Amino acid sequence: MSLPKLEELSQSVWQGPSLSTGAIPTKEWMDTPVTFKPGGYAYPAKKEKLEYLDSQPGLNFPFARIWSPEEDDWLLPDNWKDIILKGLAERLDKFRSLKIFMDCCVRCGACADKCHFFLGTGDPRNMPVMRAELLRSVYRGEFTLAGKILGRLAGGRKMTVGVLKEWFMYAYQCTECRRCSIFCPYGIDTAEITIILRELLYSVGIGINWVIEPVSNSTKTGNHMGLQPLPFRDNIAFLAEDVENLTGVKLDVSFNRKGAEILFVTPSADAFAEPGIYTCMGYLLLFNALGLDYTWSTYASEGGNFGLFTNNEAMKALNGKMYAEAERLGVKYILGGECGHMWRVVHQYMDTMNGKTPANMEVPVSPITGTVFNNAASTKVVHITEFTADLIKHNKLNFDTSRNSHVRATWHDSCNPARAMGIIEEPRYVLDHVVDKWWEMPENTIREQTFCCGSGTGLNTDEIMELRMRSGLPRANAVKHVVDQHAVNTLACICAIDRATLTSLVDYWTPGVTVCGLTELVANALVQKGENRVDMPEGLRTMV
Amino acid sequence: MPTIEHNASSFEVDEDGFLLKGDDFNQDWVQYVQSVEGIPELTDEHKKVIDALQEYYKKNGIAPMVRILSKTTGFPLKRIYELFPSGPGKGACKMAGLPKPTGCV
Repeated sequence: MSLPKLEELSQSVWQGPSLSTGAIPTKEWMDTPVTFKPGGYAYPAKKEKLEYLDSQPGLNFPFARIWSPEEDDWLLPDNWKDIILKGLAERLDKFRSLKIFMDCCVRCGACADKCHFFLGTGDPRNMPVMRAELLRSVYRGEFTLAGKILGRLAGGRKMTVGVLKEWFMYAYQCTECRRCSIFCPYGIDTAEITIILRELLYSVGIGINWVIEPVSNSTKTGNHMGLQPLPFRDNIAFLAEDVENLTGVKLDVSFNRKGAEILFVTPSADAFAEPGIYTCMGYLLLFNALGLDYTWSTYASEGGNFGLFTNNEAMKALNGKMYAEAERLGVKYILGGECGHMWRVVHQYMDTMNGKTPANMEVPVSPITGTVFNNAASTKVVHITEFTADLIKHNKLNFDTSRNSHVRATWHDSCNPARAMGIIEEPRYVLDHVVDKWWEMPENTIREQTFCCGSGTGLNTDEIMELRMRSGLPRANAVKHVVDQHAVNTLACICAIDRATLTSLVDYWTPGVTVCGLTELVANALVQKGENRVDMPEGLRTMV
Repeated sequence: MPTIEHNASSFEVDEDGFLLKGDDFNQDWVQYVQSVEGIPELTDEHKKVIDALQEYYKKNGIAPMVRILSKTTGFPLKRIYELFPSGPGKGACKMAGLPKPTGCV
């Protein structure tokens, strides 16, 4: 799809019609059906990917087929409605949170203008209260006495194909970022509603390929990219060689090494694509400088878990791979790289989902500082940013900030580490030490209130680029503010989806800004023993 | 999925016009992608990139990192963009008959 010019899109964001219908709605929302046009939806999940996943033990991805959102007939199974209603009933029973979220909204509207999708599309159904209402109306109409008797008068409706299509549209115009939830007086977590919508849709074979192919690849080869063990190893070795050529320090890198103290797991994009590869070079340099007893794994070669964007079983299976590998290698704990949603899964779900960690794992202790990470006592996974902040706090790293003199940075709080996990002060503390000065974006766009990149939860695919530019506008707008005020040229973050998607976003809305990971900036500034550096005007990005 | 007819060949492609079956790759495909990508003339340099991509893909089942492609061909990224205006992924990989990558990219 061709992307509109910046001026056209900016105008359209505040004056144009809703994306879902191509017109300003004239009827009530229940009477306004959705229409799918090219560019308005992500490509459906490929049949063979769903079939492969469905064949795996413990996974359930039924009704694989070739279908198109643009066709009237989505080729649903005959009993699709029973499946959806039964699925919803099961989830209302299983997840008390869902039942509460369905019952307790008072329509106060506090969430309405907090969603980046609503701000970027102007579509009323993108108000979080409305997104939840898409499901809540069915809950009322099919599950509550008032709704069964009074129907629309009680805000209820029956489950129909039209409702299902509406779910598909708006479950994929939400990045599960949870910004709305911090403004909700009841703490209704719209992300969990979107999660349920997506799960229910998968139960009748409806999903998107940009999510399902990474899930399939992770199941088959260990990572989203589909990197098999040898190219995974070779890519990292290649990046290590680049670091050696730049710094003159020989790196010690190991793979699948039994008896290592620490298993390091990061998004596979860091081992494949720009700009993540510079973050990866940063990890390699940092760990080597520390003499860390760590290993990479070609089996657990993915931090990301797109299972979170499909269903509970897939999320659990993919998360389990890291721990299976931690057990096989006999490591004490896992050090996790700069990934976003990996931390949502680990921090919020795995305790009850995957249960106890393998017996060989221990409460993480930094081998350099002796700090005990009691916050990770149950999951045994330490975030690289807290690990690095602790090293700095104990004066274990020697920095020359002039090595980052090409960088005028601002900080993007990646939604999941910031809002879901509370990694808010640590990256700021690290930044304070590795660059001379950096600038915050406006108050209501950072920390817990951070704006999403607009393309998370597997929406980082090119066919919906206009939608992504719209939903990313609030974030881009805040970046532009610090670009204009302080000539910022670098947007730093701790998420691989961010690194990829913010690059497209700022190229569109505020060109000339570079996106990077935090560890890239750490490694740029790090003074190592025995180094013999070439001139590195662009830090680790300098080509040799 | 759509089908592309070019000269005497017919190709099944995905939504973004990438070849679904790598085995269908032939010179008609190269010519077809050349026309849709707006590449005025195919040179030995294009061929070198295509060969490098295919050789790596056959061995590893995935496209190489762009930096590895640069190293094997000796072309800096800027030159690859001159040869393939849509870039190494959307231009060169498409012409070489490789699938498009997924994930956090």
